[in-house]
Amino acid sequence: MTKVETVLGSMNGMNGLSRGNTFIRHLDPRAMLITAMAFIVVVTSFGKYDILGLLPLVIYPVSLMALGNVSFRSIGKKLVYVSPFAIVIGIFNPLFDNQILVQIGDVGISGGWVSFGAIMIKFVLTVSVALILVALSGFEEICHALVKLKVPKVFVSQLLFMHRYIYVMADEASRMVRAHTLRSFKRRGMKISVFCSIISQLLLRTLDRAHRIHTAMVSRGFAGEIPVMHGLKAAPGDVAFVLLWSAFFVLARLYNLPQWLGFFVMEGLT
Amino acid sequence: MSHHIVEAHDLEYTYPDGTRALYGVSFRITHGESVGLVGANGAGKSTLLQHLSGCLFPVSGTVHIGDFPLTKRNVDDVRRHVGMIFQDPDDQLFMPSVFEDVAFGPLNLGMPPQEVEKRVMDALAVVGATHLANRPPYKISGGEKRAVAIATVLSMAPDILVLDEPSSGLDPRSRRQLIDLLKAFTHTKIIATHDLDLVMDLCERTMVISSGRIVADGPTMEIFSDETLLTDNHLEKPLRMQGV
Amino acid sequence: MHMADALITPVVGGTMWAVTASLTVYCAHKVKEDLDERKVPLMGVLGAFIFAAQMINFTIPATGSSGHLGGGMILAILLGPHAAFLVMASILTVQALFFADGGLLALGCNIFNLGFFPCFLAYPFIYRKIAGDDPTKARLITGATLASIIALQLGAFGVVLETIASNISELPFSTFVLLMQPIHLAIGIVEGLVTAAVITFVWNARPEILRMAHERITGDFSMKKVLAGLAIVAVLTGGIFSWFASAHPDGLEWAMFHTSGAEELEPGANAAYEVLAGVQEKTAFMPDYGFRETASGGDEGEEAEESWPAVNAGTTTAGLVGGFLTLLLAGLIGFTLKHIGRTRETITGA
Repeated sequence: MTKVETVLGSMNGMNGLSRGNTFIRHLDPRAMLITAMAFIVVVTSFGKYDILGLLPLVIYPVSLMALGNVSFRSIGKKLVYVSPFAIVIGIFNPLFDNQILVQIGDVGISGGWVSFGAIMIKFVLTVSVALILVALSGFEEICHALVKLKVPKVFVSQLLFMHRYIYVMADEASRMVRAHTLRSFKRRGMKISVFCSIISQLLLRTLDRAHRIHTAMVSRGFAGEIPVMHGLKAAPGDVAFVLLWSAFFVLARLYNLPQWLGFFVMEGLT
Repeated sequence: MSHHIVEAHDLEYTYPDGTRALYGVSFRITHGESVGLVGANGAGKSTLLQHLSGCLFPVSGTVHIGDFPLTKRNVDDVRRHVGMIFQDPDDQLFMPSVFEDVAFGPLNLGMPPQEVEKRVMDALAVVGATHLANRPPYKISGGEKRAVAIATVLSMAPDILVLDEPSSGLDPRSRRQLIDLLKAFTHTKIIATHDLDLVMDLCERTMVISSGRIVADGPTMEIFSDETLLTDNHLEKPLRMQGV
Repeated sequence: MHMADALITPVVGGTMWAVTASLTVYCAHKVKEDLDERKVPLMGVLGAFIFAAQMINFTIPATGSSGHLGGGMILAILLGPHAAFLVMASILTVQALFFADGGLLALGCNIFNLGFFPCFLAYPFIYRKIAGDDPTKARLITGATLASIIALQLGAFGVVLETIASNISELPFSTFVLLMQPIHLAIGIVEGLVTAAVITFVWNARPEILRMAHERITGDFSMKKVLAGLAIVAVLTGGIFSWFASAHPDGLEWAMFHTSGAEELEPGANAAYEVLAGVQEKTAFMPDYGFRETASGGDEGEEAEESWPAVNAGTTTAGLVGGFLTLLLAGLIGFTLKHIGRTRETITGA
């Protein structure tokens, strides 16, 4: 399997991954989108060294995954795959910030490690929510939500059109790559010159295809703007979803919930 | 009734890069006729078909659809009556879902949403693809794509169907389903294809095109019995006629 | 080069979002004005093409590492700056949504870094100036390569600035710059050469395509307009930071540091607050803020010690207990919800 095919497969799999019979499926995509953005904003607003405060927010992605029947494994795999980006930058923190900030018994933990930990937690939270968004709502629905949220139609129709043809183009690309691999034997990887050649052919075919699609569109009356028919209607449940979760996020941001929970439990125990 | 007539008169066409494609093509197809268009690769089949829906305009000569000569000004009106189905269904299914693709034509024609919905569901029912309505086009099989591509055109209620290689890439069963479907249509049909057995099943009349010229135009059986004509045009007898 | 949400703050992310959103609206408007309806399918499939092309890796000679195409320059040459920007934005959006390649909050930054610089700076002011309307092969190669290099350098620098401004990473400015710029110089050279090769190929095979592209692009790009745009961006970013620092100290506090339940200013908080207060005195936010030339030591040490109460690493006993219980609770909630969902399904027989 070429890399292209693997990537395609995972895209296909993630799009509207859960079509389970849960109420999440009927949730207005605008509600999902707004809540997700609120979540990300709140998570990224936490201080550099604030690990504890972040923890309650785990409940959001976990609940969504559970309700929407999204497999933890699929999200987890993607998280691991993208983690190098955050790790590579974040790992400098322990290198540059050596001041011991925290003592657990005899062990001193530097500020750098604390902030690195915070970065990784933020990473897990923000990335999983972004992935869950598409998995639960589906890309097309999100695009409809964008139109309703006043994003320029030209841009949204570009998103939809491009997405539709990614599979086609990637399919063509993967065929060429496969043909190359089958004739490459011991040589690993692709020379730049070969790459340029493959890409150029692909580009030419793309341009031809664009022309043919245009012909097809025009023969069905296309005059410049793609007609849209969908009407999204927000239900009270959707509004409640956004408000309740946002309230929870703000609460978690303003008050150190785990600390309270800890105090509470310890009071109870003693 | 008369807008079912398709007439070409001395069509000439040259591509922008200078290659001449059509040299004085003339024919007249009447209401309800089913005509096959066969010929070697590069003979000009696709080019000719594109002239019939106003995708290309001749350098000289005229095309008449019904009573109207096809000009750049009345192209939109004419397109309501001519439904063109392309060789690669991926080129024709460009909306996020099957439903939206089939709705594209009627919406562009300015129909109200309820009417559009009815047309879409009717068209999908005719081709047997109702269950695919909410699927994205990249998630359906080749045969299903063909069926949906036909639906995208049917929803505009054309009088004339123009098809470019409709059976290529189809497995035998899908192909048979396609032939049965097309047989049931009473539209005027013009089918460009290499599939000579399909032509035998569907078209009582056949035109042979070679290097931009119509070299034969007559009853299908006659054409397919003329071995010299067939060989000259990179063709063979239909499979079912071979070995006789 | 795609930035992750975990490394930026809402202020930085939000500012760049505002900038990018305005740019997007502007470009959408411009694209709509262009009456050529062939661009709709063209933009779509070219976006898909670049997306697919990015998935193919090639080996960079002499390093053995693999690289992949960026594509901004090719898009700009074939589509013109406004359409190319939209296409780049759409590619990055899909990457963020499907692969988490770049965060959703950081999407504004990423679109700006990877879209604005190639489309609105490198393309009109370098490629077009060198290659002109009817380029010779040499000019095409030079123009494409130089434009790609500069676009990537600017983009990489953008990443540095945005990360430093967020102050979540400890990387000092100089180190970060020394890391990013050379790498992206190499990438830029490769990208430029690939772009040149591809465009040359298209030029030879279908000259009319490039001719149409060049014609379509009415270059109404004046240096003044772009400088004005950049000035607006600088004022906007500097302004938002100042606003945060001065007008809404509470808001700043809320955003930057919080201790267990208390809302009073902690000593540690003061240090950072003063830094930002210093920012509002300067018009640009670049010189002082966050540019630590040395590793944390000296002044930093004092700050760190003072901000010790502001650290929420959860190491008090209550914190540890609470933290552990929170996670347990989250797991429980998840498990319960999943189980409920399942039983509901079986009950409804679905």
